[in-house]
Formats: sequence, C-alpha cells, structure tokens
Amino acid sequence: MSDAESPSEFDPVAPNTGEEFEPVDVFPDSDDFDLRPGADSCYKCSTCDTNCPVAEVDDDFPGPKFQGPEQWRLKQSDDDHDVDDSVMDCSNCMRCDNACPSGVPLSQMHNTARGEYVSEQMDKLSVEYVRNRILANYRTSAFFASKVPRLANAAMNFGPARWLMEKTLGVTSERDFPEFATQTFREWWADRGGQAQSRENARAARERRGLPADADKKVAYFHGCYSNYNTPEVGKAMVRVYEAFGYEVVAPKQKCSGTPMFANGMLDDARRHAETNVSSMADLVEEGYHAIASCTSCSMALRQEYPELFDIDGIDEVAENTFEAVEYLRIHEDLREEVREAEVDGDLAEEFAYHAPCHSRNQGLDRQAVELFRDLDGVDVEDVGDSCSGISGTYGWKEEKYEKSMAIGEEMFEHMDHAAGETGMTECPTCAMQMEHGSGYEIRHPLELLEAALVE
Amino acid sequence: MAIESEVLVVGGGLAGLTGALAAAREGADVRLVSYKQSTLRQASGLVDVLGYTPDGAGPLTDPFEAIPSLPDAHPYRKVGVHTVREALSLFDEAVPTYEGGHTDANALLPTHGGTVKPTARYPAGASAGLASDARDTLLVGIEEMVDFDAPHVAAHLDAAGVPFDVRGETIRFPGDLRADAKVTRYAKLLDTDSEVAVRGRMVPAREALAQRVNPLLEDEERVGFPAILGDDNPGEIRAELSDRLGVDVFEVPMGPPSLPGLRLEDALFSALDEAGASIETGNPVVDFEGEDRIERVFIEKNGAKIPNSADQYVLATGGFVGKGVESDREGVYEPVFDCHVPHASDRYDWFEGDLFGDHEFARYGVATDDDLRPLDASEHSEFENLRAAGSVLGGYDFAAEKSGSGVSIATGYAAGQRAAQEAR
Ligand SMILES: Cc1cc2nc3c(=O)[nH]c(=O)nc-3n(C[C@H](O)[C@H](O)[C@H](O)COP(=O)(O)OP(=O)(O)OC[C@H]3O[C@@H](n4cnc5c(N)ncnc54)[C@H](O)[C@@H]3O)c2cc1C
Ligand code: SF4
Ligand code: SF4
Repeated sequence: MSDAESPSEFDPVAPNTGEEFEPVDVFPDSDDFDLRPGADSCYKCSTCDTNCPVAEVDDDFPGPKFQGPEQWRLKQSDDDHDVDDSVMDCSNCMRCDNACPSGVPLSQMHNTARGEYVSEQMDKLSVEYVRNRILANYRTSAFFASKVPRLANAAMNFGPARWLMEKTLGVTSERDFPEFATQTFREWWADRGGQAQSRENARAARERRGLPADADKKVAYFHGCYSNYNTPEVGKAMVRVYEAFGYEVVAPKQKCSGTPMFANGMLDDARRHAETNVSSMADLVEEGYHAIASCTSCSMALRQEYPELFDIDGIDEVAENTFEAVEYLRIHEDLREEVREAEVDGDLAEEFAYHAPCHSRNQGLDRQAVELFRDLDGVDVEDVGDSCSGISGTYGWKEEKYEKSMAIGEEMFEHMDHAAGETGMTECPTCAMQMEHGSGYEIRHPLELLEAALVE
Repeated sequence: MAIESEVLVVGGGLAGLTGALAAAREGADVRLVSYKQSTLRQASGLVDVLGYTPDGAGPLTDPFEAIPSLPDAHPYRKVGVHTVREALSLFDEAVPTYEGGHTDANALLPTHGGTVKPTARYPAGASAGLASDARDTLLVGIEEMVDFDAPHVAAHLDAAGVPFDVRGETIRFPGDLRADAKVTRYAKLLDTDSEVAVRGRMVPAREALAQRVNPLLEDEERVGFPAILGDDNPGEIRAELSDRLGVDVFEVPMGPPSLPGLRLEDALFSALDEAGASIETGNPVVDFEGEDRIERVFIEKNGAKIPNSADQYVLATGGFVGKGVESDREGVYEPVFDCHVPHASDRYDWFEGDLFGDHEFARYGVATDDDLRPLDASEHSEFENLRAAGSVLGGYDFAAEKSGSGVSIATGYAAGQRAAQEAR
C-alpha cells in the first residue's frame, strides 16, 4: 500500500461505521467464546506484528495478526479448524493487545485459542503438558517450599537435580530458582497483628496528617504469590507506604492471579484460582475497599484477563476497582509533590536501571516509575528501553524457549549494561528474575523506593 | 483528586507528539495521554507539507509559496505560513535524522510503488535515493517481501522519466526466514548483526546481505533496499553495507507496517521524554466534565474512570483512521468532547460514486477559529481551553494533497505552544 499510488488505497472507502467493538462484552454470559466479531474489526494494518518480541527472533512464529484475527477468521469459515500449535510459542506478553489501533482483543483471542489447544489438542500425558502444568502452578510448589525455605532453596538449585529436571521435564538448568523467604509476607502480616494493627497505624498517620480519624481510606492488598513467598519486602513496603498515607490495609484470602496459567493455556486451573480471588475481593469492594496489587501481571489479570475470560459473580466490579499500588496513590494523593519534597539516603540512594514490564503497558503504567522518581532527590531512575525482558513468566523457564528468551532479553541487558547504575528496578517479579539473570544486578521494586522516600 | 498537569494532550500521533513537545519547550508541565499506537506506524515516515493543491495541480515545487492561496478553511491558513516554518524547525531540531530542511523546495522521492512523490522532509536513509539525483540505480527486492517487486518498481520509475538508469533485482534474504517474516524480524537480524547460515557456513547478516548483492551490481552508483535496514541502528547498517558494496545505499519507504514510521515515533517520544513531559499510553479518554471550560477528562481503564485535570487541553485524536472522527447512520461526530463536525446531512453526499473521486468525507473534521479552538454549529468556540490539531481537523484532504504530516506538525505545534502560553 502506498499513499503515493492512489490516496484511496489507504483511506477507508466508506467512513468507519462507528460500531465500537467492546471486547469485554463479547458473549458476557457464556464461556463458549466466539471472537469472530473481534476478528472482523481487524483492518490488517500489521501494527500488532511490529510489536511482537517473539516474531522478531523466532522464524517459526507467525505473529499476532495470524494468532488473533486471521486464526479466528479461519474458524469462521470452518468450525473444525484446529488451533495452530504455534499459539504455544506466544509468550502472552500482550504487547500486540496494547498496539492495535482498532481495539481488536488480541490477547483474549490468544488466551482462548491456547485454552482450546491445550484442552483439545495437547496430549495430557506428554512431558510438555506435565511440565507446563507444574510451572503454571508455581503457587503450589511455592506453598510447599515455603514450609521449609532453607531446604527448598538448597534443593531447588542443586546441580544434579536441575540436570534431571531439564532432561525429564524440560525446565532449563540455566536459571537459578528464586529464593524462598524464611518468613512469608502473610506470616509477617499475622505476626504484626494483621488488620487490627494496620487500622491503628493508619489512624496514627491520619492524625499526623491532620485528616479526620474516620476518613474512608481502606484498601485490600492482592500481594500475589511472589511477594508472599519470595520477596516479602515488597509487600511490607506496600503496607508501610499505604499506612503512612493513612490507609488501612487488609490482606484477604487469595490464590494465584492465574497469569502463568493463562500463558500455558490452563484455563481450568486459572478459573479455580480466579473464583477464590474474585469472591474474596468482591465482598471487600462492596464494603468500599479498592483492590491494590504490587505486581503488574496480577493487576492485569484482575483488571483485564478475568473479565475477558471468565464469567464469575462480581468480576466486573472487581476489575473496575483494581489498581496498581503506585498508580492508586498517584490518583488519590498528591504523590508527585510528596516525592518532590522527599529525599533518599542510605542503601537505596542509588542509580537504578528501570525496566517496564510488558504487562504494565496495557494499564498505561510503563512510564510511571521513571516519571515519578524524576523529581526525587538522591536517586536516579533510568529507563532501559521499551524492549521486552523476554522471560514472560514461565516462558523463559522452558528448556526449548530459553535461548529465544535470552535473545529477546538481549536488548534490555545491553541497555542495562550501558545505564549508569548497577541496581535494577521493575514491578514484575519474573522480569526481575530475567534482569538479575542477565546482568547480575540486584533488582528492587518501586514500592521499596517509595518506602525509603516517604516512610521514616 | 486527579492526575494533574498544566497542558493535557489527548492523542499520541504526530500531531499530539508535536503539540506536547512544543508545549514542554515553552516550559509548561505537559502530560500526553494516548489510546493505542498511532498512524505513524502505518505511514511511510515521510513528512509531506504540500504536494498538490486541493484542485490537484502539482507536483508543487515550493509548498510554502502555495499555502497563502489555499482555501480559508484549510488548517494551514488558520496557523499561517510563518507558523508552518517554525513548526518544521522544531521538528528538524527534535529529529536530527531527517533531511530536507536546507531548502523550501519539495524533494522527489521514489516510492515502493514505482512513482515519484514530492515531500518536504525525509529520513536520512532515503536521501541517497532522491529522484533528482542523476546517478544510476540498482533496486534490490527481497523475494519474500511481495510488496516491493524491484524489477517492476524500476520499470515504473523508468516510465515515469527519472533522469537515471534504474534496474531491479530480486534476492533471497540470507538465512532461512519464514515467507511472511515481519519487517521487525529483518531489522532485528541486521541491528544485532546476528549470524545466518549461508551454504552451511555462519556469516554475520550484514556481510551475508552484501555478498548476495555484490555480484548483481553492475556500474550503478547506488543501491536501494526496501526500508528494513534496522530499527535501532539504521545509520550504522547503511554505512556498513555501503562500505561492503562500494556504493551509496538507501532505503525506499514502504507501506504499512513501516519501519521509518516506527523510528520516527521513537525519536519523537524520546524528544518528549527529554523535554520532561509525562506520557501515558494504553487507555482512551472517554469522557469529560465542564461547560464552557473543560474541567477534567476521564481515562477509562477496564471500567475504572481515572480523572485527569489540566488548565489547557489539546485534542489530537486523529481522523477516521485514528478514531478521532467517527460516523454512524446519524452523522459524523467527534467522540471525546462531542465537538461539532460540519458535514452534509445526506449520507449520499459524503462520497462520490467513483472510488477514486473527490470524497467529501475525506475533508470532514472539526472546524476551528484561528486559534485552533473547535467551533460549534453556530461558529462559537466549543470550550475556551480546548484546541484541536492534526487529522481530527477538517477542511483538507491530506491524502489527495499530500499534506498529512505537515498539517499535523504545524497545527500540533501551534496548539501546543498556545496552550502552554495560556496556561501560564
Ligand atoms: C496509511 C497511511 C499512510 C500515510 N502516509 C503519509 C505520508 O506518506 N506522508 C505524510 O505526510 N503523511 C502520511 N499519512 C498521514 C499522516 O501520517 C497522518 O495524517 C498524521 O500523522 C495524522 O496524525 P495525527 O496525530 O493527527 O493522528 P493519528 O496518527 O491518527 O493519531 C491519533 C492518536 O490519537 C489516539 N486516540 C484516538 N482516540 C483517542 C482517545 N479517545 N483518547 C486518547 N487517545 C486517542 C490514537 O490512539 C492515536 O495514537 C499517512 C496516513 C496513513 C493512515
Ligand atoms: S493491529 Fe489490529 S487492526 Fe492492525 S493487523 Fe493487528 S489486529 Fe488487525
Ligand atoms: S502476546 Fe506477545 S508474544 Fe504473543 S503474539 Fe502478542 S506480542 Fe507476540
């Protein structure tokens, strides 16, 4: 297509009909998805393809336009059309979803196709299936490991065991498993006195700030698996920062957000976890709480993937009332001003190499940390570019994907290397693993920096 | 509370980016919010100011000379030729990898369709390919890339009467790329100069590409490739190929998806970042509060409505393609602020029966005063603190005139600058 040949070639021949396609409302009352109407709003501009990190390095991957609208169109003409197995190579980074000018629900299409592929076409006895299922159910392994964290840390990274895991399960031995904390976030939270203590802290902070003691400031923390089992310091930072602003925090019952399950097409597993999460969050939302997540994939799951894929009571209300932790404070507090007046010294007075997780993009949060901390004295946060880290949750743990995952990450590693600092920063725990793996840097979460700046 | 700024720009295409940049350079605290990716990724990456008059006369040699004679309703007439020049200076400064600023005259560039097109600014990568340059030319197509058929393009250019000999050859790209490999795949291979297998041997991609072209080169003094030569390091890749081939190398701008458009988008985003603006993409502005003044707007995120407030607003949401202007059976409308869009009441008057005819709807968009404030049906400004820029504006047909990017840059600049001045 060239604008030089004839203008009408790239102009719509007739004005857009204006019929908005609402991805979330495609068949709200059914689990039997039909995404064909979404496929029809694709006008083949290929913008999605220019955003796909996998298509950029993988010659076997046909790209998002094929995975999404083209595949769904094929299904339109042929109901028995099998889902192409390449859908398992999509890393579910959702970049294509964020790109499409026409609002085609690409990631919903990929997730649904992957679910169909796994349930109908994949051999349930295959090593790949078993491996994917284990990886996707990280929470279960983490739950057991956290009971004996020191032993688990030693065992999980024990050379011969890892060799065996690679050979029998296809889990790459190139990576170190994340360390399990000796005290989980929830253990800390309970020891500290749970909600009652938080209420007290929030009251004290309100008094300091001259706010009414009964101000309606309460949030429900969705900590996710990772800040519970592996990086409780992120969860603690969330609690302390929110309390300092006068918010009372609760930590409701919760399971895995489902992110690793979507990516592996394990929609039944994901639904079971989603049901627990939605039911406990929906009750709180009804009482006036907002749901806050510190992991951008968790907030993405609650906000977008749940309502796109499941029909559970209260799911839309939960989606509407879920926010990422820093985002929420940007909306409800004068965070910019507080940060501008603050200063950081001590061990977080660093130059950070910041990577924006892919899942922060659809939520419009990819520049949040860099812009917020621009005005903070004592630190420097440098963006290491808009490439994908390449790990995409469980993707980079698979033996056959490891090389591609590192090839995708190469650009980020290079930029980290060029950045002034030698400490990394990101909101996503798996991006953090990849950053650490490729650079050797220690990786921190923006909430930890916020805590250092605002909480004495 | 709301997320606050002095100037809020809605829309992240060429107009919004330029507007935000101009406002930030004025010293305002600027925030740009944009829904999805803009038409830049689909456009050729060339910056046309004016190639033809609205009556189809042209190609024009000097677009600036022609601006004063455009119809009153044309956006260029609203801002004036002086502002068009200032806006282009800002562009030249912000995007140093573009050329053409040394002269008022339009450059003539060969396109991938084999025509020659008048344009005002072009990427440095295209500059060795100018059609006014008399050096003989070899065009190299890639077998897998069907939208650049080099021998066919060469024949067309020849028929168009270009002042040089031009020949086309087609090669297979080294390495086993899939038939429908994305432009970003080629670019990535060349950016990283990764090794590809050539007859059982591993060779760096740039060297391998030069090896394929070398034997085809006769006595041409320049070689043109489709625009796939890198995303991050295009200059370096061209220099290396040029070195290995012993002749100048250039890129021919391609249709969507367009690497030059993508590179331009990156360049403008980083200029904006450097100017200290804040940028949020991914979610649309869906609603606003205010009567004569816009008090705040709401960004919709999965059902949640996030308030954003500012003193001044710029509407740069694009035209029919960018979804800044929409239509249904009832008529044509601007969906965010519901600004009035003048249009014929009878749908059948919107377009000519002939596909390539003079469609009225191509000129549909909001009408403004000289300060770029959208006007309502009785010609009063809709809101005192809202200005519009880019293809959301009516009164011109960018595709026919070849004025798309120029109008976006000029009106974006004017709207952003004035918004910033007023926010003080
Ligand atoms: C296929 C094609 C080829 C072209 N080729 C050329 C060329 O060769 N030379 C040339 O000079 N010009 C060309 N143009 C024209 C030129 O690219 C455009 O006219 C110009 O860039 C328009 O820019 P814009 O910023 O006004 O709008 P757009 O690029 O359409 O951007 C609008 C932006 O607003 C966002 N947006 C829309 N609604 C909302 C909302 N509610 N909230 C928040 N954000 C919103 C969109 O997501 C988008 O990012 C071409 C255009 C197209 C489509
Ligand atoms: S970006 Fe959207 S409209 Fe364009 S090809 Fe992809 S799905 Fe289709
Ligand atoms: S989700 Fe990511 S990996 Fe999958 S098709 Fe989209 S851009 Fe590619």
